[in-house]
Amino acid sequence: MSAKQKFIGRSVPRLEDRTLLLGQGRFAADISFPHQWVMRVVRSPSAHGKIKSIEVSAALKLPGVHAVWTHADVPHVPAIPFRLTGLKTLEPYQQPVLAKGVVRYVGEPMAVIFADNTYLAEDAADLIDASIEPLQATMLATGQPGSFAPNLSTEPGVLQKAYGDMDAAFGNAHAIISLELSVGRHSGVPLETRGAIARYDEARDVLELHGAAKVPHWNRDTIAQMVGRKKESVQLYEGHVGGGFGIRGEIYPEDVLVCVAALKFRRAIKWIEDRREHLIAANHSREQHHHVRAAVDAQGRILAIEDEFFHDNGAYMRTHAATVPDLAAAMLPGPYRVPAYRAIGHIRLTNKTPCGTYRAPGRYESTFVRERLMDAIAAKVGVDVVEIRRRNLIKKSAMPYTLGLDTLGTQIVYDSGDYALLLDKALKAARWDELQDRLCKRRRNGEKVGAGVAIFVEKSGLGPFDTVRVEVKGDGMVEAITGVASIGQGVETVIAQICADTLGVDYTNIRVIHGQTDRIARGMGAFASRVTVMCGEATRLAAAKLRDKALNAAAELMQTNAAALDIVNGEIVRVDARGPSMPLAELARTLPGGLSAEDTFESKHMVYPYGVHVAAVRVDADTGNVTIERYAIAYDIGKAVNPKLVEGQIAGGLAQGVGGALFEEFQYDDAGEPLSVTFADYLMPTAREVPEISVLVSEDAPSPLNSLGLKGAGEGGANPVGAALASAIDDALQRPGAIIQLPVTPQRLKALL
Amino acid sequence: MSAKSNIRLNINGRDHAITVEARRTLADAIREDCGQTGTHIGCEHGVCGACTVIVDGMPVRSCLMFAAQAAGKQIRTVEGLADGDKLHPMQQAFMDHHGLQCGFCTPGFLMLAVGVLEHNPDISDDDLLDVLSSNLCRCTGYQNIIKAVKAAAKEMRKG
Repeated sequence: MSAKQKFIGRSVPRLEDRTLLLGQGRFAADISFPHQWVMRVVRSPSAHGKIKSIEVSAALKLPGVHAVWTHADVPHVPAIPFRLTGLKTLEPYQQPVLAKGVVRYVGEPMAVIFADNTYLAEDAADLIDASIEPLQATMLATGQPGSFAPNLSTEPGVLQKAYGDMDAAFGNAHAIISLELSVGRHSGVPLETRGAIARYDEARDVLELHGAAKVPHWNRDTIAQMVGRKKESVQLYEGHVGGGFGIRGEIYPEDVLVCVAALKFRRAIKWIEDRREHLIAANHSREQHHHVRAAVDAQGRILAIEDEFFHDNGAYMRTHAATVPDLAAAMLPGPYRVPAYRAIGHIRLTNKTPCGTYRAPGRYESTFVRERLMDAIAAKVGVDVVEIRRRNLIKKSAMPYTLGLDTLGTQIVYDSGDYALLLDKALKAARWDELQDRLCKRRRNGEKVGAGVAIFVEKSGLGPFDTVRVEVKGDGMVEAITGVASIGQGVETVIAQICADTLGVDYTNIRVIHGQTDRIARGMGAFASRVTVMCGEATRLAAAKLRDKALNAAAELMQTNAAALDIVNGEIVRVDARGPSMPLAELARTLPGGLSAEDTFESKHMVYPYGVHVAAVRVDADTGNVTIERYAIAYDIGKAVNPKLVEGQIAGGLAQGVGGALFEEFQYDDAGEPLSVTFADYLMPTAREVPEISVLVSEDAPSPLNSLGLKGAGEGGANPVGAALASAIDDALQRPGAIIQLPVTPQRLKALL
Repeated sequence: MSAKSNIRLNINGRDHAITVEARRTLADAIREDCGQTGTHIGCEHGVCGACTVIVDGMPVRSCLMFAAQAAGKQIRTVEGLADGDKLHPMQQAFMDHHGLQCGFCTPGFLMLAVGVLEHNPDISDDDLLDVLSSNLCRCTGYQNIIKAVKAAAKEMRKG
């Protein structure tokens, strides 16, 4: 690496912005091919029922409608397999690409129409007549399990995670605190809906899928298997992606159907989801019901935590399988010393939209549970909410800290952290003591105002590997070719910054290639806040290799030794600044094989950022509305490559966290009819509801697991928002433990008042 | 629904002669018939504002207007904001203040803000917040968008 870092750690402008600001982005709907057909999905109107018949002849008679498929037309296509945490017992619950005999949620694909254009296809969809015999819908994940299919109950699995002597801890407890808590069903809901455009190229014998996102290589390999082709003859192409958040880029039925149809009809097939479809068909998340108990000593120190919870996964097990409940169980202990722990997670199916991950999956939920528990312990032993946390935080001297649990195929070892220091910094930034005084005065004047705090440990940088190839191109640009993906978070800029500093070129001269399966053989994609950590380190390794190669080759040409040379602004120069220099591109041209290097970073362990959120709220007693008056976040991510982008991630995460805490909820009636099918009834926060925040990006605990000390920044803005706001609302009401359910909608809060 | 009529859409000063059904939305016509894909469709029922364009000087949701209704009117889209290589002050401010992440909602916010500020350059902060709360963004948490629009407003007043 060059002696000084010119780009890493600086808030340089994003490379992505100009194209997007000019309206030149290439999102899924912007991609079209000549003579393409569109695909329209006909979805189940019924939450649970037996399909007696699907009458398609009227639709087929419309001019411009080319075909209609039901399950009978695609019996050879397997159900969609698991990508993560794929327990064997869950496999019979995978989703078929078109409903097979039974529909299990409103929105389930029953048939697809192929037509000349979307207007026509929607006309045709209206003419499809499905006769469905209703079956009893299971709408609650708690209570006795129901029946999914003959010999298959709606409880496909129960997770257990435990360590320590629970009986002794509860037997010796000074007090036992029990809570029942729920988190509502909500999801990422990116502004761009899903889209998939498949075409078969006869000339190359390649099936192309455009509109890919998140995990293009995994999806390529899986789709190839599902449609029965060699993976080399299936390629995925990622364009611009209008937000990821966990939901976008997993394999859904529609992605497979456009591929199967493109192969069958030898036409480009384009599917663009509409918003109603998105809200009932794309992954939901978060819905869990927890029974948690803590054993504590007289000072409120935790002796043990036991949590039994019910995870509502909707109608099928999709690509994430047990990931969300597994993470909830594994990450619940968080930043505190918990000598004994047991989590029992019931994975339950209901007749609602199937679920997957959403930013801070499992942690948004279990942080809410743990932090509610901490507030309850504080109330029980009579200390304040900050003091109870201080007493229980894991000490810096205990790092690295082996939790004794595993998740996502890795052992949980908190790699570094000084939790108490960050708590102090966050309280100082929020001016906590002064805030308490002021809130106290206002409460005496009759206002319902209060403050709350939540602390959490995040996880990031999931391995097991990332590979990067760096190439000097003839035009003077340097390409960093990766197998990660961009979902709008600024990957191109951040990877360019790392590559630029390592190599000795300007970051604007780096072109970062991502999401193209034909450009690099393998890649892990963009999820679990992994890109900056895994791809960043792989980029550094590959760029360092390239730098060595370049200096050695140049040394020969310039008749000196490599140690006498440096690369500055893309020019190979002598360290003593004497004699001629040579541009990297020119050197590349003189070498028969060009100038490139590839390297891989492997990691068996995740890295664990941690944070503190402080919220101050005002509750309007007349309306039940919650106004966030102040919000401060401190987040330690080891090393910020681009602080402005990190702050952007945190601010965006917070807004989504606020949504799930106060507004957003996918609601259903008792018969399974979804009630939140438009943006008029699924309420996402607007500029009015999201407060100004203060963000402290701290770098006190670099990760020892990669050379730059990086940890991922994507999910800490969202993780504890429900917890912090619940704590603040309790305080505003002066009723510890009042909030037991998210979202805290005005209706629910009114009912409490 | 197959009766079609011939209309002219004037987008960013250029006429597009197109043939559309009466039910074709302006958003679809701009994107599919005129090839200007910078205008994005996020909800198709007028809530998210991603499809906002300026029609005869006022920001409108192009998903809620039929193409035929816009015939003969002056339509401005995100593609018409920059002056050659030089970004419009609103675009520049979004870049300077990190007012975009995925960029999907961005054209709608740009057109909304430009349309409103051209009409009312001295808009109060509270009214501006009201205006900006009419579009949805899922990435930024809005604060950087607000900062960007305020900075651009200052530039535009100079200008």
